[in-house]
Amino acid sequence: MKITRDEVAHVAQLARLRLVEEQVQRLTVQLNDILSSMEKLNQLDTSGVPSTNHALELTGAMREDEVRPSLKRERALANAPDSNGEAFVVPRVI
Amino acid sequence: MELHELNMEQARELLDKREISARELTQAFLDRIQATDPQVHAYLAVTPESALAQADQADQTLAAGQGGALTGIPCGIKDVFITKDLTTTAGSRILENFVPPYDATAVARLKAAGAVILGKQNMDEFAMGSSTENSAYGPSHNPWDLKAIPGGSSGGSAASVAAGSCLFSIGTDTGGSIRQPASHCGVVGMKPTYGRVSRYGMIAFASSLDQAGPFSRTVAGAAQVLQAMAGFDPADSTSAPMEVPDYAASLKRGVKGLKLGVPKEYFVEGMDPEVEETVRKAIAVLEGLGAQTVEVSLPHTDYALAVYYIIAPAECSSNLARYDGVKYGLSQRAEDASLLDMYLDTRSAGFGEEVIRRVMLGTYALSAGYYDAYYGKAGQVRTLIKQDFLEAFKKVDAIISPVAPTPAFDLGQKVDDPLQMYLSDVLTLSVNLAGLPGISLPAGFNSAGRPIGLQIIGPHFAEETVLAAGHAFQEATDHHTKRPAL
Repeated sequence: MKITRDEVAHVAQLARLRLVEEQVQRLTVQLNDILSSMEKLNQLDTSGVPSTNHALELTGAMREDEVRPSLKRERALANAPDSNGEAFVVPRVI
Repeated sequence: MELHELNMEQARELLDKREISARELTQAFLDRIQATDPQVHAYLAVTPESALAQADQADQTLAAGQGGALTGIPCGIKDVFITKDLTTTAGSRILENFVPPYDATAVARLKAAGAVILGKQNMDEFAMGSSTENSAYGPSHNPWDLKAIPGGSSGGSAASVAAGSCLFSIGTDTGGSIRQPASHCGVVGMKPTYGRVSRYGMIAFASSLDQAGPFSRTVAGAAQVLQAMAGFDPADSTSAPMEVPDYAASLKRGVKGLKLGVPKEYFVEGMDPEVEETVRKAIAVLEGLGAQTVEVSLPHTDYALAVYYIIAPAECSSNLARYDGVKYGLSQRAEDASLLDMYLDTRSAGFGEEVIRRVMLGTYALSAGYYDAYYGKAGQVRTLIKQDFLEAFKKVDAIISPVAPTPAFDLGQKVDDPLQMYLSDVLTLSVNLAGLPGISLPAGFNSAGRPIGLQIIGPHFAEETVLAAGHAFQEATDHHTKRPAL
């Protein structure tokens, strides 16, 4: 068993997903299948092998820090589920 | 010949001679969408008004004796590219009403080149899938056999070119999402080198793997679309600050004297015999044209699937954190709900099953205590996979292989078995892990009439070699001229 039912429920919380019990059960089975198939990576000795996070050798792309035109506020808020014309409105936090 | 049966080169010739107008051509494709899309479902949205306006503008450009290779050519856009003022869903409920404020760079460049945009095309939700069955808006169907999947995730874009409901389309490829549907639909699909085309405005799935590319009937057409899209974009710091070569000119190079590697690990056990036979025949065609073929080895191929299904979900779980019900898209706010409730309810209601599965997998692989065992290990094996290719390219100019282990399977056949579905990409995803350019082109059909593709993979930024080999193959074969009976 790579991942338990309770771990799946915990990961769902981390991922901000509300799952019903049936989904938790199904995902426990499926994630175990998938994670087991990944076991084979442990057959390889990778000590000293650097990690590739990007396929190409890219260096940081720098530019002058200057003010440039950006999206107008009303355009940025146009898709908002709720806004007050100046900012996004969300349920009360405190 | 009807207008929708033309390829890009034929349409270009008729437009340039003014034998047809861009408006007539566009109307013919809009009609074709109406005739075929109830069966194929390649489109999520069709935009006749703006398409005809763009066509009229193209006609003016052409009348003035100006314009380029794409002026007045009708195309479709995978719904993962954001389009100004035109709803963009990425195949997800969570973006059902999302109206983007600007165009993706790839789209802006196609518009600037005079292409006519017919509409937005169906896809697996957030480009996660191999069949379009994960689209929240229902699957697309393969024009060659409506019972079959078109492949995915860019299934709508591939199916549309096959059905003749656009002359070209653009998609994205994270693990095979252009090449695999191109193979299943009998069209050309190309994934350029990572960084060749800007990702700005492309809704992100796995940022170190995602890359945009064209579908068309011909390699020559794909070369023109790539030409228009490629090149550095200051808005994408991972786009390559390099000159873009003249791809159309590279087509004339041919394959004579080219050294092509055939990876022994790509003729895997369980591969469909008709796929193997078709690809072996295609290799013989290239040999007949003067290419030299040698066996090469990519010894870590067997580990690519595991690496991919750690890295891609890890990156996706991070990218998809932005869908929180605050800034755009679906927002579920029950009365007296807390902020956390809103997040939980919005994401659970907005994401489909496969997206949830991958977000879960990725979150787990990145979580404390498991990071090194999964994400860390996968990154190291990714290095080994990339080195395999770099070693092979010391000996050969390009690598040729099948695209997918089987022809298109039936709709519904693999939906309940995620691991089986993931195996559809086993021959394409290493290319993304290594960031290489690859193309899929029609190589024949199985006995049931379903298309089979040939994959050509090049070294980083060697799109010219890949295109030249593909074009030479098409000049010597007629698979790409076949049309499904629709």
